[in-house]
This record gives sequence, C-alpha cells and structure tokens, in this order.
Amino acid sequence: MIRSESEPGRSAPKNAPRQVEARKKPLTEALPTPTWHRVAERLIAVMALSAVVAIALIFLFVAREALPLFWEAADEGLALRDLVLPRQWPGYDEPVVVWQPVGGTPKFNMIPLFVGSLKVTLLSMAMAVPIGVGCAIFVAIYAPRWLREIVKPAIELLAGVPSVVLGFFALMVVATFTQDLFGFTYRLNGFVAAVGLAMTIVPVIFTISEDAIQAVPKSLSEAAAALGARKYQIALRVIVPAAIPGITAAVILGFGRAIGETMIVLMASGNAAVVELFDFSTSVRTVTATIAAELGEVARGEAHWRILFLLGVMLFAITFVLNLFGKWATDRLHRKLTAA
Amino acid sequence: MLVGCGNSYEVTPGSTSRLQESLTIKGSDTMVILAQRWAEGFMAANPSVAVQVSGGGSGTGIAALINGTTELANSSRPIKDRERAHVKTTRGVEVVEHKVAIDAIAVYVSDDNPVKTIDLATLKKVFRGKIKNWKELGGPDMPIVLYSRENNSGTYAYFKEVVLDDEDFAAEAQTLPGTAAVIHAVARDRRGIGYGGIAFGEGVHTLEIADGEGPAYAPTLENATQGLYPLARFLFIYTAGEAGGPAQQYLEYVLSEAGQSVVEGVGYFPLPPEAETPDLPSNPD
Repeated sequence: MIRSESEPGRSAPKNAPRQVEARKKPLTEALPTPTWHRVAERLIAVMALSAVVAIALIFLFVAREALPLFWEAADEGLALRDLVLPRQWPGYDEPVVVWQPVGGTPKFNMIPLFVGSLKVTLLSMAMAVPIGVGCAIFVAIYAPRWLREIVKPAIELLAGVPSVVLGFFALMVVATFTQDLFGFTYRLNGFVAAVGLAMTIVPVIFTISEDAIQAVPKSLSEAAAALGARKYQIALRVIVPAAIPGITAAVILGFGRAIGETMIVLMASGNAAVVELFDFSTSVRTVTATIAAELGEVARGEAHWRILFLLGVMLFAITFVLNLFGKWATDRLHRKLTAA
Repeated sequence: MLVGCGNSYEVTPGSTSRLQESLTIKGSDTMVILAQRWAEGFMAANPSVAVQVSGGGSGTGIAALINGTTELANSSRPIKDRERAHVKTTRGVEVVEHKVAIDAIAVYVSDDNPVKTIDLATLKKVFRGKIKNWKELGGPDMPIVLYSRENNSGTYAYFKEVVLDDEDFAAEAQTLPGTAAVIHAVARDRRGIGYGGIAFGEGVHTLEIADGEGPAYAPTLENATQGLYPLARFLFIYTAGEAGGPAQQYLEYVLSEAGQSVVEGVGYFPLPPEAETPDLPSNPD
C-alpha cells in the first residue's frame, strides 16, 4: 500500500537474477532442490492465485444471477427503464422514483438506494477524513512517544470492534443523543448512520495515513529543519505533501469500506428509501442494507432476486473502479513527488 | 431482535433414549414463539418425537415446504397461488391449509399520544403519507413518524393489502425488523405510529379502529373472534398433502383444547368454535 516502501523492493528482483545467474549453475549442481521445496512453492503460488480466482468467481456468480434480468424482464412485465427513470405509477400525483419491491405492482427503482448509499458514505467521509488524517498527523509527528503508545493502539482497537456492536451503539446511544441535541424528527436517520460508519472508517484512514507519514524519509524533514523551517512548516509543507499518495489511498479505501458496510446502516439508518439529497435528518435506505434485508426471503430467479443481485454487481463495480482509480491516482502522485 | 431470521431452537424432551421421530417446523417469525410453546406441550405428551422449530418468515417457511426441507410451514398470510402451484410441481401433492389461531394486527402509538381511535380510510392516508401531522387526527401539532415492517414480513404484506389497498407505503416509513422493534421505536417516540402483531403489544397503547363510519373496536379477543375488529387475520400451518405420522399428531394437538389454550397464553386469539368462524378479511380464498 505504501509505494515508497514497496518500490525499491520491487525493483530489486529485476537486477538480482542477473548477478546470481553466473554462480547459479555450480550451486544447483552441488545442492539439488529437494522435491518438497518445489511442492511448497507450488502450494504458495496456488494459495496466492486462489484469492484472484475467488474474486473472479464471486463476480461471475453475482453477474450470472443478475444478467438474465435483461432478457427476462419483459416476460415478467417489467420495463428496464423503470429501474432508473421516474414514472407516474397509479396512486401517485407525479412521476416518482420509488423502491417498493413487494406488493401488487412492485416498483424497483434503484435511484433511492444509491442516493441513500452515497449520501451516508459522503457524510461519514466528511467526518472521518479530518479526524483520521488529523490523528495520523498528530500521532506521527507531534505526539510524544508515551502518548503515541496509547493513542495508536486505541484507534486500531476500534477497527476490531464488530460492526454490529457499533451499529447497536449508534442505534441506542448516538440516535437518542443527536435527537435530543438537534431535535431531529426521525430518531434513526442518515446522520446517525454516518456517525456509526465514521467509527468504522476512522481506524482505516488513520492506520494507512499514519504508516504513510511514518514512511516519509527522515532526510526530507532533516533537510527542511536544516534550512530553518519550523516544526509546523515541516509537518504541513514537507511531510504531509510527501505522504499524500498514502493518504489518498487511505481515503479511497475508507470510502470503499463505508459504501460496502452493511450492518451499521441496516441498524441505524431507519431504512426508509427517501430520495432527499441534502437533508441528513431524513432516514435513508442503502444498497447494502436493502440486499441484506430482502435477499433472505425472495424466491430464487424472480425479478426481485435478480435486481438485488444487479445491485450487488453495481456495488462491486463501484468499489472495483474506485480501487483502480485510487491506485492510478496514488501511482501518479508518487511518480510526481519522487521525480522532483 | 434486530434481524429476524435464522432463530432456530431445538427443543428436546428430557429423558428418552429410544429412537426418536423428528418433526421440523419452519416459517413465520410472528408465530415462532407460539410454535415453540406448542412444540414443548406436544413433546411433553409425545416424548418420542423431537420437534425442531425455526423462524425466518412466512415466505421462508413456504419456500422450505416447496423444497421439502420442512414438514410443517407456519405462515401469517395465506399461501399465494403461485406458491401453491410450486408445491404441487416439486412435491407432487396439493398444499393443505390448517387455520390454527387468530392474530390481530394492532396499530400502536406512544402512551404520550392522546389519539385513541382511527378509521381505516384515515389510517391508509397516514401510511400513504397523505396526512403528515397529528393535529389532523385530533392530536397535538407535531409531525407523524411512520414505523413499518421490513418488506419480507407477512405483517407488512397483510397491512399493505388490507389497509393500503395494495398502494405503496410512504417513502418516509422506516422499516424495522420485527414487531418488537416497532413497539420499542414507538414507545420512545411520541410522534410515532406503527403496526404489528398484538402478541407483543406491551408498553404502548393500541388504537381502536373503525371500518368506515361504524364504531371503532379495540383489538380484543371478542372483537377479533366476532369479526368486528377490521385488522384480524388467521395464522396458518401448511403441509404438503394430508399430514401423517407425527405431523398429524402435532396438528391434532394444536387444534385441541390444550393447544388452543397455549395460543391465548402467548397473546394471540384462539380459534372460535367452528360454527361461528367469522369471515376474516385476511382470507380471500
């Protein structure tokens, strides 16, 4: 994850074989590789590959359940445009986007779910990024050793708290507290869910950012100090900019974690599929919570089943693209910074 | 309490080392406690049978009946024609329906809320999101907060069909995973209104409900069994074909006097004597 560390390591093997090549023959003749070494090497390779294969299989399976929707939808009396476009259904005064998958005329518009997911995720990022990155800067640069020894494990411990526990905390404590404080009409709402989510992603952002800041070569800060820079100047103008690729990676991973998180939003968001972009005091229903709540009781192969899998495919695609973009962005930034 | 699926209870009688027959029962979360009590009572009388009860929802129970993984399916809604046909193709026999108890769906409001009665048409407008303030119902000037069930629940389907005439719940209606969760939420929210089974109804008050211009009735045993309370429904057990062996014994126990007194103990209403079975709206077929 931290480019500055892995880069030299990666370039080493390229040169290494050439130097070894000359001496390799006599060595192998003298000491033939035991068979179990080769078996072990194969095993390790298989294990490494199995992760890749698993991801590919997951995607294939999920897509296989979702895709028949596109040619079966018409038979089930379902128009594909209703999945994304507003429509004036009977009983409504105007065209609407609604997620009402059970009933006489099921309505599967996915827009409210994505609005919900993005709203909660962005709000939780707005809380978690400043806290996570701020903590990382403090712990890595300013904190005395004894304080670092307390703060760092404490935040990392938060990452180990099961999300159902954080969800319960948000549901019972945060919801009541924020309602008393802000007078929200809805006790469970997007804000409460975002606070719960922020608790899970602060450790992610903190840990990776802190590692990135620690990995900035001491020579940079020493050079800055030698030029007479003050401590805050070294921190904010030298170390943090050099750690930006790692911090970017931290933010993107945090985003991926937040948009995929299920239990907390299921418990704390109220799960009403309201389409409301800016008011955080309304309840939200996220893509993940919808899949978790509804998949258990949908008949296999029905349109509802396929649409839940389609939601899964889209979520998968979003996190995949996001990770690719994150990698591209950090690589680019890293090259820019190291070239100078 | 929070996610209503997969609660499984194996109830085994104390001291039998003989070869046991087993009986699996799956389905409605509304009925899971009732089914456990029945299983306990049944096994006390028939120690050679081990009964395993699990929840998951009415749809889950019927799906298990279709797949042949359960002998009895508890359901808080009548089986759909599609499901009935499905059972016939996979199991080769007709589904047999057994009415086993009456459940009234209660509409809950907080004890701090002065509203006491409502009629069905107004209730529909409230849950459709057309009425948004309690003062339109004779209450204080405050917004109405809707609490609904998750859309895989039988209670949700029943309420949507009977109260909303199959129109949609307001998008603002929050979905909760169980009647207990609804009551918990309404109890701590004086602006809240929610619905659920009567069996769990403690700590909040229920609204008396009128059908049209007529008088309003509370969800009581008399009103439900006489068909006066508009939101009462049967609870069912479905079998694939006529039940035999332990399943048949179990059904006989359920419908016996002992079985029906268990129903009352759990908070549902026992079946009235056959002659005066009311025509409850939950039972279109």
